[in-house]
This record gives sequence, structure tokens and C-alpha cells, in this order.
Amino acid sequence: MPSKQDKKPSIIWFQGVTCNGNTHSFLNLENLDKLLNKFEIFSHPSLPSTKDFDSVTRCSLECDIFIFEGTYDPLMKRNDVLISKVVEYYAKNAKYVIALGSCASFGGMFKASAPHRNSGLLFNEQEKSGPLLNQQTKIINISGCPIHPEWLAYTLSMIEKGREVEIDDLHRPIELYSTLAHHGCTRNEYFEWKVDADNFGEKEGCLYYKQGCRAPMTHASCNKILWNEVSSKTRVGTPCFGCTEPDFPRQNLFSTKTNMSIPEDVPLGVPKRSYLTMAGIAKTFHINRLEGKLIDYKTTD
Amino acid sequence: MARISKEERKTNIISAALKLFSEKGFYITTIPDIAEKVGMSVGNFYNYFTSKDILAKELVMYISEYLGESIRKINDQEITTEKKTYEIVSMYFNMADERPEMIEYFLRVYLSNREVFGDGCEGMICVSPFVTEMMMFFNDGVECGDLHDQDFFSAFGLFMGYLGGMVFLFGEKILPEPLEWYKESISQNIYNALKTR
Repeated sequence: MPSKQDKKPSIIWFQGVTCNGNTHSFLNLENLDKLLNKFEIFSHPSLPSTKDFDSVTRCSLECDIFIFEGTYDPLMKRNDVLISKVVEYYAKNAKYVIALGSCASFGGMFKASAPHRNSGLLFNEQEKSGPLLNQQTKIINISGCPIHPEWLAYTLSMIEKGREVEIDDLHRPIELYSTLAHHGCTRNEYFEWKVDADNFGEKEGCLYYKQGCRAPMTHASCNKILWNEVSSKTRVGTPCFGCTEPDFPRQNLFSTKTNMSIPEDVPLGVPKRSYLTMAGIAKTFHINRLEGKLIDYKTTD
Repeated sequence: MARISKEERKTNIISAALKLFSEKGFYITTIPDIAEKVGMSVGNFYNYFTSKDILAKELVMYISEYLGESIRKINDQEITTEKKTYEIVSMYFNMADERPEMIEYFLRVYLSNREVFGDGCEGMICVSPFVTEMMMFFNDGVECGDLHDQDFFSAFGLFMGYLGGMVFLFGEKILPEPLEWYKESISQNIYNALKTR
């Protein structure tokens, strides 16, 4: 009779072309041990595993959750076995396939090494034409470069509890990706009044207009579920690069593309006309408190 | 006799005020002058506009919305930026010809009496519909590759300063030819200055 231990959902974490960023990020999860106790890790690049890597690449296992990290390159081999064969086998046999990170989701950074053949598991950038098209109902994309550890923890916990993970058109969990990185940004008051940050790393100013910030166009919860539980890129003065979206990585990440001083991309769902009207009027006003250093402002000014 | 609606009455005040302000100047024109021209009592006038300053601001918004709407119709057409440039020049000159009080008001009252428009009409507030459409024109022109990318105000000043100057000369009766005669050459000059090199 199987013990309770045997009923834990099993995980195989397998890598394609990757920098290990998602693996490292996941290891920073608060209470990682508690989460891992709910699963049996058959194979993982960094965590203690119950099966050897040979048995993974021999395609002799059956797992509940197949996590793929990295860009899919059909010519890449692991253990002298084409990863295309391994991915095909586990995608067919696993109950869930998690494409972890933007590389696995859309091609991401490592698509650039062989753009004509590399892709994500289900998507090639925006286009749904990846190798697992036939298994698409099983696929959950957790995009990000890297992913926030809580995003994977949320997804695994939902699966473990037998609850449905609702996904958006790009197969990302709606609960995590329905908000924009802009939501919760501590610089929102500067965005509203159109006070721009001239340099990186400053506490004051909005990064959207001059520093390339993609937060108003990027589905992510970085300013809602904070990194290391305390911060985010925009909070420390670095622009959001839009790393959860299919067009990542874009060119010139640290500058905003403008046409005659007008941002080429405006906040998601906002007509450009409306944005320009609002921005033009907001720029008319000069709010002293927002134009100087926060610590220098005196309420008696 | 059909009763004039409140909205029509308001439009009549706007038309009369535009003419008087642009002909006589902002300070010389009085509310009784405007009321008389519209054919209403001074007391009734205040039911529509509570002060001369408020009327002055409404007039700028009225012109800005008129211009904005006209340029938007041009922006929305599937035509080249060169053609759009001509259409904007043409629309502006037609307006200066047919409704000179609108441009005159803009140039001689709005731009010359900033103290009237400082509170509540500063910056983009009253001219937003017009400036926004010019932004859209430049943005679309760069996006489709017709115009070269540069600072917005450098381009805006070149375009609208040129047109304003020509209309001023026209108003002063200095131009030897009617405005219509200049449409082609001026739109060509503007486009040549803005186009991709």
C-alpha cells in the first residue's frame, strides 16, 4: 500500500539553453523547505533529487510536473540525448508542463543565439508555434528574467492543492500577470505629474519617459509581490525592462524610444491621444515637492 | 418665431465676443458691448458667462477644440505626411480667411494678454486639443518614416510659427497675394524642413 509520502506530486526540472537564473531565483524563496516538502523532486540541477539524471534523459520516468527552464533549441543535447526527445516524452506523460522563465516561455535572451530555430516551448515570441503545440492545454508559462520565486511557488501550490491555475492568452497565470509592473510602483506620483528621473538610482522621478521603463506596458506583479520581500527594480531606480513580455529582450533597454519627444509606446490600453492630453496638462504644473530631493523638502515651503 | 436654445445663445455670444475682442482688443471690449451685439441684456449675459476673463478662456478652448477636431480629421486619413502637411496648412489658411476672428483672437488676445490666461488656462490647459493633434501628426509622421525625429517644440514652432506669421501678415494686409496662393509653397517648405533626410 503506498504511503502518504509516495503521493506527493513529482517534479522533474530540466534545462535547455539557460543561465540558471530561474534556478538561482527559486533558491531564494522564503520557506523553500516547506514548499519542497510537498513534492518529490525527481531531478533538479541544484537541489537534492531522488532520481539520477541518466534516468531522466533515458526517458524512463513518469512525473506529475515537468519544469523546463531555458530556451528550447532542438539541436541541443543533454547527456548525449537531444533535448527535443526528452521534452517531447515528458510533455506527453506529465500532467503539467511549466515553461519557467521568459526563455522557456517565449524564446527570451537565448533565442538570439540561434533565432531561426530557438523558441519557447509553446510560443516563439508572440506566435504560438513552439514544439509543444500539441500539448498546449498542459502548459503554464511563468515568464520573467528571472522569475520571481513566489510566482513558481504559487503555481506549484495551486497544482498541489488540485486547484485550477487560470491562465491568460499567453498561458501565464492570471493571478500573477493581470497586474502591470507599474501597479504599486512607489514612483507613481511622479508618473502622474510627469516629473522625470534624470539619473539611475535616485529616489525621485519617474523612469518611464527618459530611462526606458516598461512598467506601464508590462504584465507582472513585481511591485505587488516584492523581490526579497522588500524591493523592486523601479523602487531602487532602475527601469523595468519588460522581461515578462514576449518581445523581451528589446534593444536599448535603458532609453525610451520617442518620436519627436513623444513616447512611442504609451501605457497599456490608453489611447495615445488621451495619454498626450493628460501628460501635456500635467506637465503644465510645477509641484515643488516633486521637483527637488525628497529629504530637502520642508512642509513650510 | 422659434425659440433660441441656450446652447445656440451661447454660440452666438462666442461668435460675437470673438469678433469684438479681435477687432477692438480685450480690454476695450466690455460685456455691455458683447450683450448688445448678441441682442440680450447684460444681466442675462451673466447667466452664460460669469466674467469677461472666464469668457476669454472659453474662447481659447473653443478655438483649440475647433482646430483640434479639424486636424484630427486630417490625421485620421490614410494619406502621406506630405499631403497631411498641405491639408493642415490649407485648413488653417481657410479658417484665417473665412473666420479671421478665430485666428486673430488667438494671436492678438491669447498670446498678447498672458495675464488674463495665467490662472486656469496656463500651459497646455486651454490649448490641449490642438497641441495634442499636432503631437499626433508629428508622432505618426516619424513612425511611418516620413519625418525625421527631433525635439517636438523645434518642429511645432517651425510649423505653427510659420503659419501664424503668414496669417499675421495677411491680417496686416501686407501680403500681395491671397492666402490661398501661398498654400502649396508654404506646405512644401514646411514638409521639406521636417522630412526624413
